[in-house]
Amino acid sequence: MRGLLPVVEHTVKKPVWDCRMCGQCVLHSTGMTCPMTCPKTLRNGPCGGVRENGHCEVKPEMRCIWVSAEDRSRTLPLLPAAWREEFDHLRPPVNNTLKGQSSWLNLLNGSDRRTPPGWGPA
Amino acid sequence: MKALNAFESLCLSRERKIVTAEFPSFDGGTLDDIRRAAENLAPYVDAINVTDNPAAHAHASNTAMAIALTQLGYNPILQVVCRDKNRLAIQSDIVGVSMFGVQNICALTGDDVTAGDEPEARRVYDLDGPQLVKVATLMGTGMYLSGRKMTSPPHLFVGAVENPSAPPLEYRATRALKKVEAGARFLQLQIHYRPDQLEAFIAACVANGVAERAAILPTICLTKAARALSFMNEHVPGITVPQATIDRVVGSDDPLEESYHLVRELASHALSLPGVAGLHITDFRHDDSVRRLTEDLAIGPRFEEQHAHSA
Repeated sequence: MRGLLPVVEHTVKKPVWDCRMCGQCVLHSTGMTCPMTCPKTLRNGPCGGVRENGHCEVKPEMRCIWVSAEDRSRTLPLLPAAWREEFDHLRPPVNNTLKGQSSWLNLLNGSDRRTPPGWGPA
Repeated sequence: MKALNAFESLCLSRERKIVTAEFPSFDGGTLDDIRRAAENLAPYVDAINVTDNPAAHAHASNTAMAIALTQLGYNPILQVVCRDKNRLAIQSDIVGVSMFGVQNICALTGDDVTAGDEPEARRVYDLDGPQLVKVATLMGTGMYLSGRKMTSPPHLFVGAVENPSAPPLEYRATRALKKVEAGARFLQLQIHYRPDQLEAFIAACVANGVAERAAILPTICLTKAARALSFMNEHVPGITVPQATIDRVVGSDDPLEESYHLVRELASHALSLPGVAGLHITDFRHDDSVRRLTEDLAIGPRFEEQHAHSA
């Protein structure tokens, strides 16, 4: 199961969200837009380099994923209000030990919410 | 109770307008060169920002420059970007400089490596800007992110940067609030050429409490000619200069003087907005414009007494 689940998860999430298998999925709080597709892998909103047309500083041809995320967190239909509200929460630094693991499993066993003791509860 | 440094004290009291300025980057030289540059700037400002490989170009390190300024008797603000170092290196930099008396930390996400002259470099971003604010604030309580305790808590005064002119415009004040809730007590804004956007951003920061909880310092950039404006417009991430602004300088008889007037107008407009605590200055003119600007606007440490009397 441990070996198979990441494969299944990636198969489902890669085509839809361009999932990078960070193992600690926050899609629900980012307007169903994967923050790991940001070239700077920012978890807390758009950097100051967003172009006037809303495109990415690093990849000028790409719309800033955080511009999309912010827009979609407000406008996406069927998104629960609690998820919309979570957009503004401070997300903790990425736990690099979870990379490649199934975030579904990490959600169930709570390891995706485990933060460094100095950070406090996620 | 620890003594507050002069910049921190002003950010908290707001008894007069605060002036900060960016220190030039160094690519070699001696401590005397640093001293000379500091002597030119220090009389007019309350704190001096040392940059961290600005625009993704390698220069003398932020930590070395901050230590040098502190030892020369000046009050630096250490800029820390997330681009070049992971959380271990960033924390060791902060605790290291704190042992030399550096107290002010300004957390930035940082321009991408592709903005610089070594675009082949690996970008890091192990932390992002708001996370770095929280980590630096935590370190001020004497603890690393891991929870491990330091020998003694460093005195740190933490701030951040926000860009009032980058999309999504309506969201920027909320992002500023996120940084304030993470611990930022001052916000130095990205260089702006759009007074209307600054005005909207500041109004939103007044409405959501950011302006009260953090000293907001809009940034103006002293330039010599239209070429610098066009360059920023085309090459600096997050800065847009309206064509009309560029044309105004191009079309004038004295572009050097017109560039100054343009900046003075932007600065005096920014200072007129309720919720603005002062000004941050980036100087690419390298003449006596910092002195002239602070005199024209009557702001900074040299105008302490006049303001105290008029208050």
